[in-house]
Amino acid sequence: MIGVGKMKQYSNVLDKPLSKGKQEVSLTAFAFLFSELVQYNQTQVDNIAELERRLEDAGYAVGARVLELLCNREKGNRRETRLLGILSFVHSTVWKVLFGKVADSLEKGTEHEDEYMISEKELLVNRFISIPKDMGTFNCGAFVAGIVKGVLDNAGFPAVVTAHFVPIEGQQRPRTTILIKFADEVLKREARLSQ
Amino acid sequence: MAAAIYSLYIINKSGGLIFYKDCGTKGRMDTNDSLRVASLWHSMHAISQQLSPVNGCSGIELLEADTFDLHCFQSLPGTKFFVVCEPGTPHMESLLRYIYELYTDYVLKNPFYEIEMPIRCELFDINLTQAVQSDRVALLGR
Repeated sequence: MIGVGKMKQYSNVLDKPLSKGKQEVSLTAFAFLFSELVQYNQTQVDNIAELERRLEDAGYAVGARVLELLCNREKGNRRETRLLGILSFVHSTVWKVLFGKVADSLEKGTEHEDEYMISEKELLVNRFISIPKDMGTFNCGAFVAGIVKGVLDNAGFPAVVTAHFVPIEGQQRPRTTILIKFADEVLKREARLSQ
Repeated sequence: MAAAIYSLYIINKSGGLIFYKDCGTKGRMDTNDSLRVASLWHSMHAISQQLSPVNGCSGIELLEADTFDLHCFQSLPGTKFFVVCEPGTPHMESLLRYIYELYTDYVLKNPFYEIEMPIRCELFDINLTQAVQSDRVALLGR
C-alpha cells in the first residue's frame, strides 16, 4: 500500500486521503437489521421455499457488490479466473471482510465432482436465531448462500448455492454448510484451462 | 454445597407467563400452578408499587419466606424476570441481570419470536440451562 509506514503531513485537509476507518459494525445493530429483513420477507411469502429464495436474492445483491469492491481494493483490479482461486477468494477474502474471520473449512464434495462446501460452526447471521420446529430444515444462512452465489455468478462461475444445517457429533448445535454446485460449463472450462 | 435454584419465570407486560423453567427436584409445579403464580406475582408487584410509602417505588425485588426466596427483576419495558430459590442463595440479582441479557440476545434478536408471546427459542434454552448451573452462578458474583 502506498504511504504505509510514514505519516505524511498535509497542509490542506482536502489532500488527506480518507482513512479506512473502523472496519467493524455493531453486531447487535446487524442482528436487529437482519432480523427485520427476515421478518419483512416472512410477511411477503406464503411458503418456506419462497422465503429462502427471497433471502437468497437479498444476499445476491450483496455478493455482486462485494466482488467489485474486493477485486478493486484487495486484488488490484484483478479477479480470479480459476476454480480453486475463486473458491479460496470466497473462503478467505470475502469471509474476512464480511464476518471478520476466515470460514472454518472449504472442502470438495465426496460424491460429486462439481460440488464444494464451505462450512461454518456458528454462522454469524445465525448467532441469535433459533428456527422453530415447524419450519423444518429452513436455514437463514440462505442469505449467505445468496452472497456466495452473487460473488461466483458475477465472477463468471455460475453455480447453485444452498445453505444446510449439518449435525455434528457431540455438539448440541448443528453447523451450517454452504453447498456450491457449479454449472457444467464451469467445469468444462476448468478442465480445458488445466491442460 | 451451593444453594439451589428451584424455578425461573418470565412474565410479559400484561402478566402472562411467557417462560417457565424447573431447575431442581423441589418446588415443581404443573402448568396451571405456574400460570397462577405468574399472574399472582404480577398483581402483587403492581399493588406493592401503589401501596409503597416511598415515592417512585419500582415494586418488590425480594420476597423472603421460610422455605424459599423470590428475587424479581423488572426490565424497563415491563417484562418481569423472577427466580425462586433456596433461602439465602447468593448472586441472584446478577443471575437475573444475566438472564435478561440472554433474553435480549437470543429472544429479541430472533426473527421468529413474536413479542409478548411464549418463548420457544432453542438457543435461549441452551444458554439458560448453562447459566443456572450452580458453578456458573458463582462466577456471576465476581
